[in-house]
Amino acid sequence: MQPTDTRDPDYFHKVVDCQWACPAHTPVPEYIRLIAQGDFTGAYLVNRRSNVFPGILGRVCDRPCEPACRRGRVEEEPVAICRLKRVAADHRDEVSHLLPQKPDKTNGKKIALIGAGPASLTVANDLAPLGYECTIFEAHHRPGGLMIANIPAFRLPEEVLDEEIGYILNMGVELKLNSRVESLRALMEGGYDAVFVGSGAPKGKDLDIEGRQEADANIHIGIDWLESVAFEHIDKIGKRVLIIGVGNTAMDCCRTSLRLGADDVKVMARKPRQFFKASPWELEDAEDENVEIVVNHSPKRFVVENGKLVGMEFELMEYELDDDGNITETRKAGTKVIPCDDVILAIGQENAFPWIERDLGIEFDKWGVPVVDETTHQSTLPGVFFGGDSAFGPKNIIWAVEHGHQAAISIHKHCQDEAITERMPRGVNLQSAKMGVNEWMYSNAYTGAHRRDMPLVELKQRLSNRKTEVELGFDAERIATEVQRCLNCDVQTVFEAPLCKECDACLDICPVDCLSILPNGEEEALRQGMKVPAANKEQALYVSEPLKDTGRVMVKDENLCLHCGLCAERCPTAAWDMQDADIFIPHVDNEAGKVAAE
Amino acid sequence: MTSMPKPFIDKHLPKNKLGLSVRNYEGVMSTLCAGCGHDSVTAALVQAFWELDLAPESAAKVSGIGCSSKTTAYFMGQSHGINCVHGRMPSVATGANAVNGKLHYIGISGDGDSLSIGFGQFAHAIRRNLNMLYVLENNGVYGLTKGQFSASADYGSKSKKGVPNEQTPIDPCVQALTLGAGFVARAFSGDKSQLVPLIKAGLMHKGFALIDVISPCVTFNDHAGSTKSYAHTYKYYHPLVHTDFVAHAEEITGEYADDGAMRVTMHDGGELLLRKTDSDYDPRDRAQAIETLMLGGSDGEIRTGLLYLNEDMADMHAANRLPDAPLNTLSYDQLNPGSGALAALQKRYR
Repeated sequence: MQPTDTRDPDYFHKVVDCQWACPAHTPVPEYIRLIAQGDFTGAYLVNRRSNVFPGILGRVCDRPCEPACRRGRVEEEPVAICRLKRVAADHRDEVSHLLPQKPDKTNGKKIALIGAGPASLTVANDLAPLGYECTIFEAHHRPGGLMIANIPAFRLPEEVLDEEIGYILNMGVELKLNSRVESLRALMEGGYDAVFVGSGAPKGKDLDIEGRQEADANIHIGIDWLESVAFEHIDKIGKRVLIIGVGNTAMDCCRTSLRLGADDVKVMARKPRQFFKASPWELEDAEDENVEIVVNHSPKRFVVENGKLVGMEFELMEYELDDDGNITETRKAGTKVIPCDDVILAIGQENAFPWIERDLGIEFDKWGVPVVDETTHQSTLPGVFFGGDSAFGPKNIIWAVEHGHQAAISIHKHCQDEAITERMPRGVNLQSAKMGVNEWMYSNAYTGAHRRDMPLVELKQRLSNRKTEVELGFDAERIATEVQRCLNCDVQTVFEAPLCKECDACLDICPVDCLSILPNGEEEALRQGMKVPAANKEQALYVSEPLKDTGRVMVKDENLCLHCGLCAERCPTAAWDMQDADIFIPHVDNEAGKVAAE
Repeated sequence: MTSMPKPFIDKHLPKNKLGLSVRNYEGVMSTLCAGCGHDSVTAALVQAFWELDLAPESAAKVSGIGCSSKTTAYFMGQSHGINCVHGRMPSVATGANAVNGKLHYIGISGDGDSLSIGFGQFAHAIRRNLNMLYVLENNGVYGLTKGQFSASADYGSKSKKGVPNEQTPIDPCVQALTLGAGFVARAFSGDKSQLVPLIKAGLMHKGFALIDVISPCVTFNDHAGSTKSYAHTYKYYHPLVHTDFVAHAEEITGEYADDGAMRVTMHDGGELLLRKTDSDYDPRDRAQAIETLMLGGSDGEIRTGLLYLNEDMADMHAANRLPDAPLNTLSYDQLNPGSGALAALQKRYR
């Protein structure tokens, strides 16, 4: 293999699994270290630069970082990254004076943003401090998009939402509430320099089977129903509720039902558990509240008696799986009627653009989805950009934030007559973490402690009020333990081949046996030749230049490295060093030159 | 040394027949200098014991004084052991072996402990053919007293300050060969592919097994001009014989079957496969071994591998007709045959 090019900004970035997995590339280990030092405000600000809504995301993020976390491979469970994000938000001091401020004067460029959800808010957050005049059009009477309409208050308190949205609006962003955009043409005639569509995927899918019309009064579309609950148009539901679908919306629907008077709630899934779309922790939270999750039931018809819904009939499904867990055969083994008073459909949602005229030059594909560039977020009509769920279909908040960051760069370049495709590259800045003999700028000790659980409000109390936040947040012991579980993957092992004397000291001390000195060869040969074969091919091999005494190469399997620094402590020549890798992710303020590359 | 012990993580590691991972064979945190060859020898011992599926409590570690002798603490924290007087480890090992021949004895010593203060002890342990693996971690200097030349320092090798050694060295392998040892090997801490099989073979050899391991002193003898540095050893390293140890003869198939390897059945089970890397070297020929070591040094090559092997020698236990069972498993009657027996014994000497 060729020696690894560690100047490639993506190489060490990928080693920081959480940061790589985060759509917004939040520097997770960095903010966890700040929490460990008691600098909650600093941790909050590091978060906010990447993900804009640390308090919100610290509660309801989809957490792609956690399944990626190295800790999950080394031990049993990943670091509770999301919980620690909330710790930073809960314990920070006043930050408003530390945030980007409303500029003294604007640059005269007007930007229209459609929908006050996370995508539009991020665009405004990035552009307003640069002098752009941002106007957000929101159909409802409150901003937040799905964050307020679809995420129940018991998971995300309104105060948290209002505060973090407030930081953005305070930068001089104009918010027009109750202002549903009915015509993009009419909006564009208002003389905007760019339009950002962040209107989400607001159309819940229906289930058109027998009995749907007759039972309409007791059948609800999940996201519409959640919105009606959030805006207090609905405050009760029947005793027995069936939720159709098993994604995260279904989890919010079943738990909300319990708070509106239901006491027998079943989530009906067509497939076995391993096919569920809901996040494991959301499933756990629902089951913790005694929601029954029923598998292998496929909806057949709504059972209606005397014009009223009395139950639902399901086909009982049986599946054959192959060794990889794929379904190879599906059988129906009879039917079953389950009585109920209400049914909530949570089987997916779509974006819908009845308000975009088809002759504006915005191309739509055959499914009615706009054609949007994945990097620039520009539609086929220059100056019109899409982000969040409205761009590529339903994803999540953190993706919407990242779309917003990227769209902001494009909008800036569009307004400044620069090529929107010519964007600043990412970078990596390495700095030795060595402070003295066996002393490092980070806590390199390894703790075997297991993941801390979130303390919850007692069940009866939480069900009595829809707005009672269920999760209490981490206490001091939990914070102190959990921060030390982070492996500091951003403090990289960096190897200088000319210094190595091949004494094997690093190989012997490595607690996960991820180092070997081998004759160079093809990747597969090196993987097999390692002291412990490097089986996880998603994780890179770090291959050195040839070593001077034998011509062999130092090979490191990045998979299980603890970043404990023992290789560097044992190295007699400092051929191994621990270096803090600061991954530079350009935002629009970097592009605009207002903030130099960090 | 490091700032903290190695974290214990073994969920990714294979387990041996005892259900143990290689981690279970490690000991306390090493306090040797970072880069010390002795730590690599320790790692090789850990690997060898794990591969042999030997329970840590089936071993007894014995050592004297010196950097090398500290290393018994750094592997197999669950085994027996004693860290005793300078140069007297062979006596202690002899006593232990006499009362319990069932344990695997591993002596760890250095060039000072074995070739200066303990030279006589070393020689007589070989003469007795004590059943033990004797690992001599050889770095040519007294590291613990800041780098004076030891008795194994080569003539002309330079000290850290550039002063050449003007005394001739003692070669422990030559000494062992002349004293009649049945297992004599030389290895290098930087090459575990050679060292680990040699340790396994030495443990399975019935009798005294010497492995002289060139184990560089990273602090006092790893400079240009030293003949026991990493760079010098890599440059002149020359394995004569490659050894593989196979635990059970029936496992020898395929790649091992017909490649001309010499097969030697070990007393304690298992088989050694010896492959010559030099066309005419025969590790059963003691005279050739001595000649190779004594005359072969002029080209500077460091000849390594299993230099001599003789599986047909009676060890101390057998020669002295000692009981197979450890004394602590014998009954009181057997251990104390009574005043009548004592009187009969004394009568023989009157």
